[in-house]
Order: sequence, then C-alpha cells, then structure tokens
Amino acid sequence: MLEVRNLTKIYEGGVLALNQVSFQVPKGQFLAVIGLSGSGKSTLLRCINRLIEPTAGQVIWNGKDITAASPQELRLIRRKIGMVFQNFNLVYRSKVITNVLAGRLGYINPAWSLVGRFPREDIQKAIKQLERVGIADKAYQRADELSGGQQQRVGIARALMQDPEMILADEPVASLDPVLAHSIMRYLEQINKEDGVTVLCSLHFLDLVHRYADRVIALNNGNLVFEGLPQEIDDQKFKEIYGREAERIG
Amino acid sequence: MEEKPKASLWKSLRLGLGIIAILLIYAYGFQVTKVDLAEFRKESRQDSRIRVLRALARPDIFEYDQEEFTVYAPIYVPCPEQPPDFPPPDTSQPHLALSASCGKPNESIQVEGFNFQPNIKGPIFFVPSSDPHDTLALQRGNIETDSQGHFVTVIRLPNRPSTEVQYIKTITRRNVGLPRFSQTAIDTWDKIIETIFLALLATTIGTIFSIPISFFAARNLMKDIKSSLTSIALAALGWPLGIAIGLAAARWLQSLLAKWSDQIAVSLLIVLGAALIGYLLLRWAVFGVSREEEGLSMKLLRSLAQSVSILAWIIACFALSQAGVKGGFSLASRLGSFAFLGNFIGQVSDVITVLLPTAVALGGGAWLGNLGGQIGTKWNDSLPSRAVKALNSLLSALAGATLFALCGWGIGWLYETKDIRLFLYSPAVIGATLGILLALFIPSKQPLPIGLVIYTITRTILNAVRSIEALIMAIVAVIWVGIGPFAGVLALGLHTIASLAKLYSEQVESILPGPIEAITATGATRLQMIVYAVLPQIIPPYISFTMYRWDINVRMSTIIGFAGGGGIGFLLIQNINLLNYRAASTQMIAIAIVVSAMDYLSSAMRERFV
Repeated sequence: MLEVRNLTKIYEGGVLALNQVSFQVPKGQFLAVIGLSGSGKSTLLRCINRLIEPTAGQVIWNGKDITAASPQELRLIRRKIGMVFQNFNLVYRSKVITNVLAGRLGYINPAWSLVGRFPREDIQKAIKQLERVGIADKAYQRADELSGGQQQRVGIARALMQDPEMILADEPVASLDPVLAHSIMRYLEQINKEDGVTVLCSLHFLDLVHRYADRVIALNNGNLVFEGLPQEIDDQKFKEIYGREAERIG
Repeated sequence: MEEKPKASLWKSLRLGLGIIAILLIYAYGFQVTKVDLAEFRKESRQDSRIRVLRALARPDIFEYDQEEFTVYAPIYVPCPEQPPDFPPPDTSQPHLALSASCGKPNESIQVEGFNFQPNIKGPIFFVPSSDPHDTLALQRGNIETDSQGHFVTVIRLPNRPSTEVQYIKTITRRNVGLPRFSQTAIDTWDKIIETIFLALLATTIGTIFSIPISFFAARNLMKDIKSSLTSIALAALGWPLGIAIGLAAARWLQSLLAKWSDQIAVSLLIVLGAALIGYLLLRWAVFGVSREEEGLSMKLLRSLAQSVSILAWIIACFALSQAGVKGGFSLASRLGSFAFLGNFIGQVSDVITVLLPTAVALGGGAWLGNLGGQIGTKWNDSLPSRAVKALNSLLSALAGATLFALCGWGIGWLYETKDIRLFLYSPAVIGATLGILLALFIPSKQPLPIGLVIYTITRTILNAVRSIEALIMAIVAVIWVGIGPFAGVLALGLHTIASLAKLYSEQVESILPGPIEAITATGATRLQMIVYAVLPQIIPPYISFTMYRWDINVRMSTIIGFAGGGGIGFLLIQNINLLNYRAASTQMIAIAIVVSAMDYLSSAMRERFV
C-alpha cells in the first residue's frame, strides 16, 4: 500500500511542479499516471523514491514514511522499489550483465561490489532475468550495442534484480515504436500480474492506458485532476486533463 | 530587393576612428617590440646567420675512426756542392715527387703526389730537421687530391738553410670502418631517455593526484552535497584534530619501528604479521558485512575490527617502506648493472616513507571529520530547533575560531612575527564572531550547500596553480630539490595535477546523468554509484586525456631543462650558450623526433579509447 499525502515540489526558481497531490495505490495495482509533458509526472515518480527531494508532504509505503527516512533507511527502501526510465539510463560502456547486476547493489556487500565482485547466485539470477525478457544471449555484449527495445528490457531486468515490491516506470515506452511499446508493456503487465508487484507507470498514449492500467491518475500543471478507472476518461475528462485544444488520437 | 542602408556620418566616423586606433596599437607594438630591419640586413648578422645555419644543417651525430698517412720527400735547402741523389721512392705506395731535389730559401718548387687516397685533403709541411719525424713542422699550404689520388701544388721553401737533408711532409687522414655515434649523439640519447621518463613520472604523479581532485571540482557531483551547519562545524573541528592525531600517531609508529630499521628480516616479519592481521580483519569486518540490519554490538565490533585492520595495514606499510629503503639501497650496491632496480625499490620506499605520515594525517582528518559530520547530522535531526541553534552558535564559533587561528598561525610563521596576539588570538576572535553570525542568521536546520563551497575552493586553487607556467615552477623546484630531472618531475607534476584535474572534472561534468539516477534508485551508496555509474563513463576519456597530457609533458620537458629541470633542454641550452651549434642541432633533431613520435602515438592510442 502506497499512500501519497499532499505531496508538493517547488523547484529552485519557484516552479511549482507538484501541488498538494494525494492518492493511494493498493498493493498489486497497475496505476497509470497521465498528463501533458511538464505536468509533473516524472517529478511525482521521482519524489516517491526521493531521487527528487519533495518540498512538503509525505509518502508512506507499507507503513514507513519514506520522506522522513534517514539516508541509510532510504537506501533500504529504495532497493525494494525498481525503476524503469524513458531513456533506459543504462551505463552504455558496461556490459549488459553488469547493468543488470547493478540492481543488486543495495543487497550485496559494499566492499565486494566496489571491486566488481558479485555472488554467484546473483549472476545466475541476472541471467535468469535476462532470459525472462528474452535477451540472455546478449548478456556479455556492451549495452550500447543493443537496440532501443533491447535496452529497455535490460532496464526491466535491472529493476527485477532488486526483487522489487513496486516498480516506478517513467514513460517506459515513450522512446520506442508502437510494436516495441506493447512488448515492453506486456513485460510490465506480467510482472504486475504474476509477481504481484505494484506498478506506477506514466504513459502518453491513452490506448496503452486502456489496455494495461487498473486505475489512472492524471496531472495537469502539478495538480491532480483525475483519479479513476481508465474507462471513465470520456471526451469531457480528456479535455480537462489535456486542455481545450487537445485532440484525441489513438 | 533590400534597400542599401544609407551611409551615415557617424558610421563612417566610427570606422575611421577604429582604423586609426588599430594603426596606433600596431605602431606602439612596433615600438615596444623593437622591430628593426636594419639590424637584420647588417653584414655581421648575415655572416653569423649563415654560419649557424650551416652548423645546424650538419648535426653532430656520426663520427669515424681515422687513419693518418704521412708521406715524406727529402730535400736540401740550399743546394749542396754535389747535386743530391736520392733513391727513387716506392711507387706502389703514396709518394711525392719534387720538381727539384734542392732549392734556395724562398724559392718555389712544385710538389706532385701520386697514389694518394682519392678526394682527400690535408696539410703540407716543411720539416726543418734531418729527422723526418721531428715534431717541428712548418705548414706550407694544403693539398687536395683528385679522383685518381694525384695532386700538384707549388710551395715556397722557408728560409731555413741547412747542410743536412730536410724533408717535405704531407699528412692526410681518411675515415676507416663504419660510422659510429659521436659523443654528442650518445649524450643526446641519454638525455632524451631522461626526458621521456621525466614526462612519464610527471604524468603519473599528476594522474594519481588529479583523479580524486577532479571529483571535487565536478559541479554535477558536488552540487547535491548539502549538510547542516552542525555537522559542517563538527567536521571542521574534526579535520584539524584528526590531522594532528594522525601525524602524531604516524611519527610515534615510525619511531617505534625505527628500532628494527637495521634488521630487514625483522621489518619484513612485522610486515607479514601486520598484513595478515589486517587482511583477516578486513575480510571479516569489511568484506563479510551483509547489508541486512545488524545489532548495535555487532556494528561496534565490526567498526572496532575495521579500525584495528586499518592500523595493522598502516604498520605494515611503515615497516615495508622501512625495509624497502634499507634493502633497496643495499641491493643496489650488489646488483651490478641491475642496480637501478635496487635503487628504484629504495627510492620508492623512501617516497612512501615521506608520504605515509601525510597520508595517515589526512586519513585521520577524514576519519574524525566524517565522524564529526555524522554526529552533527544525528544531533541536527534529533534535537529541537532551538537547541540546534544554540549548539550551532557554540560549534560554529569554535570551528571558525580554530580555522582562522590556524590560518593566522601560518601567516605568523611565514612572517616570523613575535606578536602572537595579532596572528593567533585576533583571527580566532574574528572567526568565532563570523561563526556565531552564521549560526544566528541561517535557519537552524537548513542544509547548507557545502559541496558547492568545496567545489568553488577547489576550482579557484586549480585555476591559480594552472596559471603558473611549468617553467616558472621548475625554477621553484630547483630551489627545492636542486638542479636536475627530479626538479623537472616536480614542476611538471604539479602543473599536470592542476590541468588534468580541470580536464578530468570537465569530463565528469559532461557524463550522462541518467545512469547516476538509475544506480541511485537501486539503493546503492554514493561510492557504489560512483563506481558503477560514473567510472565507466569517465575511464575512456581519462585515459585519453592522460595520454594527451603525457604528450604535452614530453614537449614541456624538452624545455624544462632551460630552467635547470633536467632532460634534454639542459644539454641544449648549454650547447647554445657555448655556440656549439652542431651539437645543438643534434638535440633539436632528437626533440623533433621524440615529440612527433609521441604526438603520433598518443593520437593513435586516444583514437582507440574514445
């Protein structure tokens, strides 16, 4: 259970990115976050694991207040929250397997990790996760030799290495073509349905929202303007979320 | 069609004034740089130009063994009663034929030579003695043989009348065997090797120090580091205290171990023992830690073990360096032509001996500073706002007083002041006041951007050091360690630290932020983030910049000798000052070859990495 209470973020320079946003996500739900570019979707997701420090408000997850956690506690919380990014955020000069193993950094002995040693079972686990996303044969290639869709699968495998209870996906398919988008979304769906992992996923396209999400929240200029089921977004609601001039596509 | 803008009076006036200003600037430039073509055209300059140019065109690289041929022909001066009758010379050997076997003083006679080496030159002498090997010989001219080894010349007989037979003598030299390198070439080779290694050492030193510095000078890594005033003040107090403790501990350890400085075996035994203890404790307390929560007593035990392990390692390092100094130099005297290896061990150990106390002191400072910072953070988080404010006032006053007093003490030492109040107490008072003001004016729990402060200080120091030319640093280094390549290493090393740290930090600033974000999101520590997200991105450009810098350092080290910094420049400036342009030419060619080779090598290697 994730509970976000009155979350507010004001960037240096006074830009109000999130304004008193509150919502709840039950365990195991697939929540889509929609809104225009710059509406605060990325900020919201990053405030949840404090990659961006919120200005005010609380994020409570499984009874723990993430916003009040000490650096040490925060690291222990973060390792249970996987994250998938629009630009994949792989370390391109490293091997695929190293990128995946990086997901274990929160678990393994820090001293060994600094010299690049991972436990044998973690390496096997990494291969298994790569098999799950169908690119086990690429394990020892450099990450920048992979195509976009493959890179995002590496990103998902890295998140899976964390044994996550929740995945924050920040526009995971915005840099991919529609066919690849569905294959990536299906992996997220599978993780959500089979492993019971809570997924918060920001998305651009409404058809993806209809297809994959259990529930939707919508942001506009940092305000929560909609919360409900995907089917509830009619033309009226659509214009409220995306503005008067918006046209529905897809 | 666009209409042509109308020429306004103001515009033309401005253009005219601009042209006049530029002319004035160049006129003054000619004046101050003393442009003078009359000097250029002078006859004497012309001659020296040609002389130097010709010398430069004939670099002193090869020389030959030479063979000397001396050929005699007897002659009477003046003619005796009976015309002399000499036996005919051996015509299979080089021989001389005179137009007359005797002559009056000051008479000219023709000398013809046969069977000489073709195309050689040499002097021709008159030997005024009946012994043809007499060292006294009067040079009467020079001969030059044709392609058949034949020459004809006319010489004037000297006014040396004698009743006895005298001789005409020619001396010719020819090169025999293969050419071999001249002494200049050998010296140049020695020095060019010295130059390359000078550059290598300077680059190595520079790289080692500039890598950690570059992280402090990278804005993207530093800007997020914020800390409360409590923890900053405690860290600021912890650092000098830790440095003092570390220094004292290091000195004590060194003096303790010095007892066994003569017995290498004992020193080595201490190294082994301490390293073993250190290794075992390290395995348990550092590499055995799991990230799961542990009890407080276990944590304490582990940190105790960590401290003992570090102590053991320090002792091992001290003992090792001590054994290395002793053993290395004694090896050097026994190894013969491999003495340089023993010398290397000895010198490196000596360097470690010198650097180790500093490292231990810095480590102590970092440890206590870090501890202070952590305690500060804890207090800051747990205490109420007012208490924090009161605590802050006290601590930052103390910290300010300490830092300012230390600076004041340094200045006082530099100027040999007697008045301790002025340089110790008054800065302390100023520092304390500033500290209290800071604590009062800043909201008590607000985190301060200490990272940016460190960044700015690092950048400022780097810029200041970089603006000093390596040549000038060499002058300082020569005062420090004496004339020689070591001074050059220090000067170039220091300059390399500053410029590489700048280049490196710019690389760090230009890395992709995405991987940092992703690795942080996995729950990695800051150090893990640097190893997994930052290092893979910066290692290739770091290697490339290091190569590039080595290339620059080779170029710089060729002239660092001008200021006494060793290397080939030392030889070059000497030869130029001695007007020995042929040798200077050899050295210039060597520099050109090495620099262009380095240039090619470094660009070829850089291409592979970037």
